[in-house]
Order: sequence, then C-alpha cells, then structure tokens
Amino acid sequence: MEHNNMHIETPAGAPRQGPVPDRYGHFGPYGGRYVAETLMSALLELEEAYVRISKEPSFQRELHDLLVDYVGRPTPLFFARRLTEHLGGAQIYLKREDLAHTGAHKINNTMGQGLLARRMGKKKLIAETGAGQHGVATATAAALFGMECRVFMGVEDIDRQAPNVHRMELLGAEVIPVASGAGTLKDAMNEAMRYWVSAVTDTHYVIGSVAGPHPYPMMVRDFQTIIGEEVKEQARANPGRQPDVLVACVGGGSNALGLFYPFLDDPVELVGVEAAGESIMSGRHAATLGVGTTGVLHGSKSYVLQESNGQIREAHSISAGLDYPGVGPEHAMLKDSGRARYASIDDGEALEAFHLLSRLEGIIPALESAHAVAWCVKEAPALPPETIIVVNLSGRGDKDLDIIARRAAAEEGTVK
Amino acid sequence: MNRIDKQFAELREKGEKALVGFVLAGDPSFDRSLELLAAMCDAGLDVLELGVPFSDPTADGPVIQRGGLRALKSGSSLAGAIRMIGALRKKTDVPVVLFSYYNPIFAYGLEAFFRDAPAAGADGMLVVDLPPEEAAEMNEYLPDGNDFALIRLVAPTTPPERMHAIVKNASGFIYLISKAGVTGGGGLDPEGIRKQAATLRAASGLPLCVGFGVSTPDDAAMLAPFVDGVVIGSTFENIIEEYRDSPDLAERLAGQVRSFKAAMRETAAMNSHKTGRMGG
Repeated sequence: MEHNNMHIETPAGAPRQGPVPDRYGHFGPYGGRYVAETLMSALLELEEAYVRISKEPSFQRELHDLLVDYVGRPTPLFFARRLTEHLGGAQIYLKREDLAHTGAHKINNTMGQGLLARRMGKKKLIAETGAGQHGVATATAAALFGMECRVFMGVEDIDRQAPNVHRMELLGAEVIPVASGAGTLKDAMNEAMRYWVSAVTDTHYVIGSVAGPHPYPMMVRDFQTIIGEEVKEQARANPGRQPDVLVACVGGGSNALGLFYPFLDDPVELVGVEAAGESIMSGRHAATLGVGTTGVLHGSKSYVLQESNGQIREAHSISAGLDYPGVGPEHAMLKDSGRARYASIDDGEALEAFHLLSRLEGIIPALESAHAVAWCVKEAPALPPETIIVVNLSGRGDKDLDIIARRAAAEEGTVK
Repeated sequence: MNRIDKQFAELREKGEKALVGFVLAGDPSFDRSLELLAAMCDAGLDVLELGVPFSDPTADGPVIQRGGLRALKSGSSLAGAIRMIGALRKKTDVPVVLFSYYNPIFAYGLEAFFRDAPAAGADGMLVVDLPPEEAAEMNEYLPDGNDFALIRLVAPTTPPERMHAIVKNASGFIYLISKAGVTGGGGLDPEGIRKQAATLRAASGLPLCVGFGVSTPDDAAMLAPFVDGVVIGSTFENIIEEYRDSPDLAERLAGQVRSFKAAMRETAAMNSHKTGRMGG
C-alpha cells in the first residue's frame, strides 16, 4: 500500500481488479472513504498502522494468546441433533460464538482493534452499538487494556437492551445516549463519527461491523475471519467433511463475513439472513441487500435503504443488532456477483426460532442469531439429510429477555 | 468570468473580505426560505452556500442538524434546493454554491445534477463527504470550462503534501475547516488557522475562506486578515430556529449579515492603515 503517493484521485474508469479491497478500499464499485476531510488523515494513519502492525509476529502472538486465554477460543462447533431431528432434513451445526467472552463474536474484533489502538499510542476508545454487544466488547477491551471508553447508543436501544447498558457501565465505560433520528444504531454511528472528528488525535474509533470507511470493512473482516477458519478446521474432525451451506445473520454483516471469508473459493453455499422486521411489504424492515439500492452511508458506498431523493430511511427489526439501513460493502459485492445470497426473516419467525432453539438445544440465542436459525427452520426440512449446514450462532440471548417478556405481555394483552 | 471569480475580484478591488453565508434550503419552508435568502443577499451577503438537507449529517453539529430536520420536514431535498436557486436567480446575482453530502447528489443522478444545477443558476458545489480519492466518478460529469466551481475542503488535520494534492483540481475558492470538529461555535485556534492559511496561500492562487466554528462578528473580524472570506452557518441557523415564527426573521438575518460585514470592514480598514495597503 502506498500512502505517500499524492496522486490521490482514482483515475476515472480505471479497472478495479485484484485483491479486494484495492488500495482505496473499494470492493468492486462499493466501499471507499466517503468522509469529511477532517477524518481523512486519521483513516490513512489507521490503514497504514493496521497494514504494518497486523503483520508483526509479536502482534499476532499477543492477539492469538488473548483469543485463547481471555476470549476462550476456539468456540465449539456443535451438532444440533434435536433441532436436526425436529426439522427432519439437513444436519445443522452451530458455531458457538455465543460462548465467546462477553457472549458474542464482537469481542474478536475489539481485541484486535484494541491491541492495534494501544500500539498506535491511542489512549481512548469510542464505539457505536446497537444491541450493545459491540459496546460491551469494546468496554471490555478498554478495561483490559487500561483505556478510557465511551460508547454511543441510541435511546431506543438503551431502552430495549438495558442489561448491556449496565454491563458497559460496570466495565467502566461511559454510555452516551443518542436521541437523534430513531435513536438506533444508525444514529449512534452518526454521533460516534461526529465525536471522533473532534478527538481524533488520542482516540481510536472501534467500528463494530464490516461497514464504515476504509480500512474498517477490511480490518473488521480480517479480525472476524477466525470464525470461518475455526469452522474449516473443526469440520475436518466432526462431521468429517466441509459443510455445504453456511448461514449467518446480516446487519452490518461482520459475523457473516467472518464465517464466509475463508470459504469464498470453496464449493460452499453462502447465505446471509437479513431482518424482514414486520414484513418487507410494510416497509418496516432492515432488508438492505434484499430491497435497498446503491448509496453512500457512514463513509462507504454499498446498498442502503433510502428514499428516491437520497435520504436514508429508518430500518426496523425486533433485533437491535440488525436494525440498520446499511450493510458492509463486501456483502454488496458478494450479492452482485452471486457468490452469496441473501434471504430475510421477519420478527415473528425469528421469535419462533428463538424459542425453538432454547427448548430443543438448551441454547438461548441472541435475537440477531435467531434470524439465521429461523432460516434453517424454514429451509432445512426440504434439504436432503446428507446436507450439512453450519449456522453462526453469533451471540447469546440473555440481553433479549426484556424484549421477549414485553412481547409476550403484549400478545397476552391482545388475546384478552 | 463566472460569478464566484467575479465576486472575489471585486471584493479584492475594494479591499474587502467575503461574507459567505450557509443556510439550509427549505428551512423552515420553501417560500419562507426563499424570502430569507433574498433578504440576506440584499443585505450584502457576498456568497450564498445553500445547504442541501440530509438525514445523516455526520459533519454537522446540533444547530445545523436541527435545521436540516426542519428542512426535511418541509419536504426540502436537492431538487428543492435547485428549484430555489432558480427562483432566487430572478432576484439576485449573488454567487450560489450548493453544499451537500454526496448521497443526495448520487441519488439525483450525476448527469442530471450537472445539467440542472448550473441551468438553475448554481455557480459551484461543495461535497462535504467526498474527498478527492472518491471524486473520479463525479468528475467525469463536471461541465467543461470554468463556469461551475468545485470547491474543496482542507482540514486542520490535512498534512501539507496532501493539501497540495487537494487544491490542484479545486476551483472557485478553497474552504478551510477551522477546527477538528463538527459545525458550530467554539474551539477556534487563530494561530493554527493563520499558519494553515499561509501554507494554502503558497499552494494555490484561489481565494481562501474559513468556516466551521466561526460564529460571531468578532470571530470573523479576527480571522478576516488571514483569509479572503469567512463562512458563517450555525449563527444564521440559530436565528432561524429561534425566530422562525416571528415576522421580523428576515430583517434579523439581514441585520446579522450587516454586522458581520461591518466587523470585517473595520479590521480590513485597520489593517490597511497599519500595513499601508488594501486587503492582505
């Protein structure tokens, strides 16, 4: 990567080939760095530091040791026998990211970015969060590395994911409520970007998904790739061969890309599952790849949910982590090329899968991950029994108990 | 010569600095906004930066965020802003620059934008989240010649060698962001601005305007000697917010324009007295 080359404009119409992203952070026509000039030098510095430091053996060793001793990796690949029997079709395996420290895959990335920030000499971490899992994972990294931490969270999400707010505060982080917009993940990210502009010299912004400006989509993907690498390794022993289908939920898309990436060149079907919210028809959903169009949000070009005049729409999902009107640029590229396909699951289907997995396997999934499980519930029965599906169980559901209780109370109310 | 170049040439002649005013198109409504903009131009505004409201204005502080929301609620959009320029052109020759985030322009269609905006009488554009690295796609559609200016931003965090690369393809004027932060008052560092202005002067012959965080006539007067113009946004939007239901809103904005101009003229006069020459 060259950074001192000051011909900074991409030649018009230049073919974009080779490894993705290219040196501008482009994934085909997507990605890039659509930010105010004030942030450009920080992004260039981060990219340079990431490319240099992540190759250093001492960095790799330190990260590896943390992932093993602190995060508890590798996470198991578990055969969901009772779910498989119940559905009567393909065999379903669960990649148990819910068992990682802090209860979700988000920690893989925050360990990586936290270590990187420390080596860059940054003293403070900031993050945006939707479901609170990335906020908790960032607060955890900050505590472990002795750094200050601020987490931006929409007021709607603070209300529906209260347990994670308490966890962040216990970990020493300051949770900053964001009231603008619908008070969800998109607004939290807006506010984190605004704050970062003013604090860029001593603060690292830990973006939690494969979204945002370059180098985040690449860097977060790289830190999450351990999920897919472990699956590849574990599948050799049990079930004894590589899976036929990989399934993961997609909000910004980090757990999905972490699972998919090591398999991109393999004969495996890749399925991303977006949130259909109340329904696609209602307009109250988060199916960005399903029905969105190309646009620019939060520093990169990708699919977005938007009005015809380019105003970004609010997304809707029962799951705060999927409630986002954008998606990582690499997913946009994988969709266009047909390498991955993207389905959607509505709130009701996700809730059913949430209960089903809890009762049949003794595993309470995060509502986000329940979307991926729900896809299996729908599709597995029609697939032959020799088909092997790996579902990324990206997080655990403790944080969602309030939502489940409220929903149950509301339904009871309707019945009466 | 286009309106922007002509305006800066005339101001230089007079030994004056430009007052560039940022207001969101359609705040609080299309008709009211048109009336306010016309009043500000009549009161002596030198360049109008017409803001296109966007749902996710990540470079803006709370005042301009709220202004954008009011404008969006009134149905404003890029198309509305372009229509407003057309209507304004019947009343004034003040140069107008569209100030937008990239997505509304991308959604409008680049080809259509570069056809409609100049036709309506826009003199240039500034896209706050489109650094030169991402501009190639848009530049393909830029009209030939000097009639539509592409204004580029330089930040306090921009290193000198990058500055040179940025200003190379700029036209109209250079917009110097005064502070590492979002739009809105406070946090000015006059010494840093003076230094960066000097570096930019050496890199480009274009007029130089400073904005973000310049909020009072005193701020403007203090910074005017280092630059060719000062951009005021949140101060005007504050007045619109506070007096949007008041019949004298237009007069209040016009009065504010006159105070800024007067404060800047005063320092220009003092400076010319001190240095024995006009301008600086």
